[in-house]
Amino acid sequence: MDFTLKIWKQANSKAKGKFETFKVKDISADCSFLEMLDILNEDLIDKVQLPINFDHDCREGICGMCSLYINGRPHGPDQGITVCQMHMRNFKNGSKIVIEPWRSKAFPVIKDLMVDRSAFDEIIQAGGYVSVTTGGVPDANSIPIRKELADLSMDAAACIGCGACVATCKNASAMLFVSAKVSQFALLPQGKVEAKRRVQAMVAKMDELGFGNCTNTYACEAECPKNISVSNIARMNREFLGAKLGAQKA
Amino acid sequence: MTRLDSKIPEGPLAQKWSNYKSKQNLVNPANKRKIDIIVVGTGLAGGAAAASLGELGFNVKNFCIQDSPRRAHSIAAQGGINATKNYPNDGDTVYRLFYDTIKGGDYRAREANVYRLAEVSSNIIDQCVAQGVPFAREYSGLLDNRSFGGALVSRTFYARGQTGQQLLLGAYGALSKEIKKGTVKMYTRSEMLDLVIIDGKARGIITRNVVTGELERHFAHAVVIATGGYGNVFFLSTLAMNSNGTAAWTAYKKGAFFANPSMVQIHPTCIPVHGDYQSKLTLMSESLRNDGRIWVPKNKEDAEKIRKGELKPNDIAEENRDYYLERRYPAFGNLVPRDVASRAAKERCDAGYGVGSGLAVYLDFKESIGRLGKDVIEARYGNLFQMYEKIVDDNPYETPMMIYPAIHYNMGGIWVDYELQTTIPNLFAAGEANFSDHGANRLGASALMQGLSDGYFVLPYTLQNCLSEEIRVPRMSNDLPEFVEAENNVRERLEGLLSIKGTKTVDHFHKRLGKIMWEHVGMGRNEEGLKKAIEQIKELRQEFHKDVRIPGDMTGVNTELEKAVRVSDFLELGELMARDALNRNESCGGHFREEYRTEEGEAMRNDDEYKYVAAWEFSGDDKEPVMHKEPLVFENIEVKQRDYK
Amino acid sequence: MSSSALTFSSVTKKIVMSLMGLFLIIFLLVHLTVNLFLLFDPTRELFNVAAHFMATNPVLKIMEISLFAGFIIHILFGLILQIQNWLARPKRYKVEGYSHTSFFSKFMIHTGIVILIFLVLHLLDFYFKLKFGDVPNMIIHGHEYPDMGLVVIEKFSITSFIIIYIIALIILGFHLHHAFQSAFQSLGLNHTKYTPVIKALGTIYSIVVALGFIIIPLYIYFY
Repeated sequence: MDFTLKIWKQANSKAKGKFETFKVKDISADCSFLEMLDILNEDLIDKVQLPINFDHDCREGICGMCSLYINGRPHGPDQGITVCQMHMRNFKNGSKIVIEPWRSKAFPVIKDLMVDRSAFDEIIQAGGYVSVTTGGVPDANSIPIRKELADLSMDAAACIGCGACVATCKNASAMLFVSAKVSQFALLPQGKVEAKRRVQAMVAKMDELGFGNCTNTYACEAECPKNISVSNIARMNREFLGAKLGAQKA
Repeated sequence: MTRLDSKIPEGPLAQKWSNYKSKQNLVNPANKRKIDIIVVGTGLAGGAAAASLGELGFNVKNFCIQDSPRRAHSIAAQGGINATKNYPNDGDTVYRLFYDTIKGGDYRAREANVYRLAEVSSNIIDQCVAQGVPFAREYSGLLDNRSFGGALVSRTFYARGQTGQQLLLGAYGALSKEIKKGTVKMYTRSEMLDLVIIDGKARGIITRNVVTGELERHFAHAVVIATGGYGNVFFLSTLAMNSNGTAAWTAYKKGAFFANPSMVQIHPTCIPVHGDYQSKLTLMSESLRNDGRIWVPKNKEDAEKIRKGELKPNDIAEENRDYYLERRYPAFGNLVPRDVASRAAKERCDAGYGVGSGLAVYLDFKESIGRLGKDVIEARYGNLFQMYEKIVDDNPYETPMMIYPAIHYNMGGIWVDYELQTTIPNLFAAGEANFSDHGANRLGASALMQGLSDGYFVLPYTLQNCLSEEIRVPRMSNDLPEFVEAENNVRERLEGLLSIKGTKTVDHFHKRLGKIMWEHVGMGRNEEGLKKAIEQIKELRQEFHKDVRIPGDMTGVNTELEKAVRVSDFLELGELMARDALNRNESCGGHFREEYRTEEGEAMRNDDEYKYVAAWEFSGDDKEPVMHKEPLVFENIEVKQRDYK
Repeated sequence: MSSSALTFSSVTKKIVMSLMGLFLIIFLLVHLTVNLFLLFDPTRELFNVAAHFMATNPVLKIMEISLFAGFIIHILFGLILQIQNWLARPKRYKVEGYSHTSFFSKFMIHTGIVILIFLVLHLLDFYFKLKFGDVPNMIIHGHEYPDMGLVVIEKFSITSFIIIYIIALIILGFHLHHAFQSAFQSLGLNHTKYTPVIKALGTIYSIVVALGFIIIPLYIYFY
């Protein structure tokens, strides 16, 4: 298969970037999208040119490192997977593919297609955990947890922090990411203890970092590689409302 | 004369750890904040250690190469984590987990370390549940368990097929809490390139900030290396693309001994290789072997027809299928340990019974779908089946999966004593980066256990024993000559690589190295092949240093330069692995020497001569390394031939 | 809570938006009901009495103030949210979002602004005319009432007026279609069983309101 690639090139965070066009030939349909970029890069190095930089690591859809916006969709045209799991059989032979980095004020471009997602770490640091320290915890089975709740919590916890939700949201909102973490803990007795403090701190940090506001377009859910549901956003709104209306300032 | 002191505490096995803890030295709270600790790596071992040490009040600096500590490759572990909770009441005890681990490791691990691992395993589950890790539960609301290879009890806790992710996110949460508090300072997108030694003790590291390209000097009273395994020496493996052996190799070259480097685990259930452009192999969790049955056609003609596409797997009648694991190992069946399952697959494929490209066997769920229903199978493995379908474009509910073994884990690693301290004072190694607990083969669901055990429950104690000596040592300046020299060495090395300006890419060399390793230092090894490999690697190394092409310069992002450093280290490490494999004239666990096998083709150990850990000491570039032996003493377990029949 | 609208958290603003929105949704139903009197009563008596009641009842006076406040807060917050959202993505994509999501949800600000302009015209045409203008009176059961019905009927016989009116109402329907279920989501009311029902109700509501308001001028124009 042959493809024409239009790729965003940007030397560093301060440089002004631009699109450049590349051609790749004889790509197998079983080749993954990132392997196709590897082939392009090998080719560029052979021609004594600079390769294209993009983030990637585990290449099995779990680390959340890969972050390409392909033909208007984060992680490309296939549903429910990351770009590293997507294969070229999803594209028509001879087609043009436009590859852009995640675009958001909170995710500045580092180089080419690499962006800085440390804003997500900062949101987690604001409260995305249970504040237990190592040791001195009760037996794992001391608190039974309804299977349905544990499963819902796991659904939310499956988030890989890739940022596709922010990338696809027309408002560059991080609500799906934040609500997934809030939900995971709000559903478990271990997380409930500090739920009020957590939701307020995480929302405040999210706002501070320049993410947009949610307008319920649900694009995030449609593009999430782990199919995280927007019901988590509703749950977070509920938690937030409860925390604000609660008598005591948390 | 050996310099190896494993510092195993006195007393009966079951009391060693508590004896150690009662007698060890501690650091008082006021002194803790005056002491700096560097932790390299943020996976289960590194992340858990950094968080726990931060909680204790030490001043921790934590480094990772990814953009966030949450992306360490521990995240990719699928199946589960072992613990001796005995919740199912099926007879599990600390001793049994200890026994299974030693036996699974083919009697090449240190008793005391393994017993401690089994002892703290239950604490890990308590800890993770308290952190909000959503483990799988039963309708009773209590935790669910599944069984795993190499064990007769159900002791594996899991969170769907994403156990590693959930445990890592638990540790990441704990780490984030400490970063917020200021006890841990996080350095992301930073790669350790050298270790700084002052007066014989590890006192810091040199890192390269991969965004700015700048070299940085970091001081600490002690350094922990938790950078995982070096399986990418094979190019194709289940490891992440950025996983590498450079931190460990740097430590080795600065004097830390490297133990059992050839002990590599080959995971039996991976998606088979399909092309030269392939960059990585995808693991299908071992848990699939709980319900999947592994087979190849009984007749060579059928296998040939399948390879040509003339027959489909479902065309092969039941009586013409060879469920070779169930046939050879009736007691454990499809749940034999990984090394046994991998070798059996290779044996069948080498004999001409392979399917797909010839290097694949079937993993079939038809029987369990019939017995349990599709819903149950989907609930258990839905995400794995989906992943398989996305990659292979084939529906595993209808046609059997194709699998083949792939490089997965390194049992070998930096030599450490009972305290996880290396042969360099104040340098520690944890998790997959050390060699300590798995002997010659690791059992499924034990890597997560070991990483978290080292990070949460071992290092926070043993490091203090070392650091109690350091309370009078003030923070040192980064401008000491040792730091300057180390930084200059790194700069020279990077400039040297950049100045080669050859004609071939880094990946070109990496792929060639991978082929040599897979062929000669892979699942089956022999003297001739290993000797050949050593020569070929030497030649390839020379060629690399003459002909590699790295575009760009030192400033800013330069991924080719990062890769070049790692591959140049792999080109040395690969040779050491071959030397270690050549030295060990026996077959044990993941190390299978074709010359040493029983008549039935099973691995044959040589306990009289090789019941030791081979710890290699660096003695200079292009000089042969020196091997030191740590004899293994088994006082609490009867050493016998592993038998899964 | 902090005093400036700019420092409200994003979630608070959403919740306020949705509460005000729900309030306006209820108001539209009342408004529609009153308007429908014109269809069933050619004498305009029912409509005029109702309109007078709406304009003079002391309880409804308070509601009227709340309604204005509701509109203003809804509009103000909507604009603030939108400006923040634009700032959150300073550099836009070359290929814009292709995601399969609710089409109308992407154009709330656009439909909202059209509705705002229409609202101003609407107030000038009817509301302020009633409050400050010269509306002829008619006597019903011995009492004098302003004949608002007549004003409406006169307006609805102007072709260009009707066209603008209908377009604006179709756009209002689009706005409401997303708004209805969105308000519940913002308030945290999301449920596997009930959310589909809410979404269906929202679709019915938006069609009924838009069609209901459109039928009246058409009826008056053609009959």
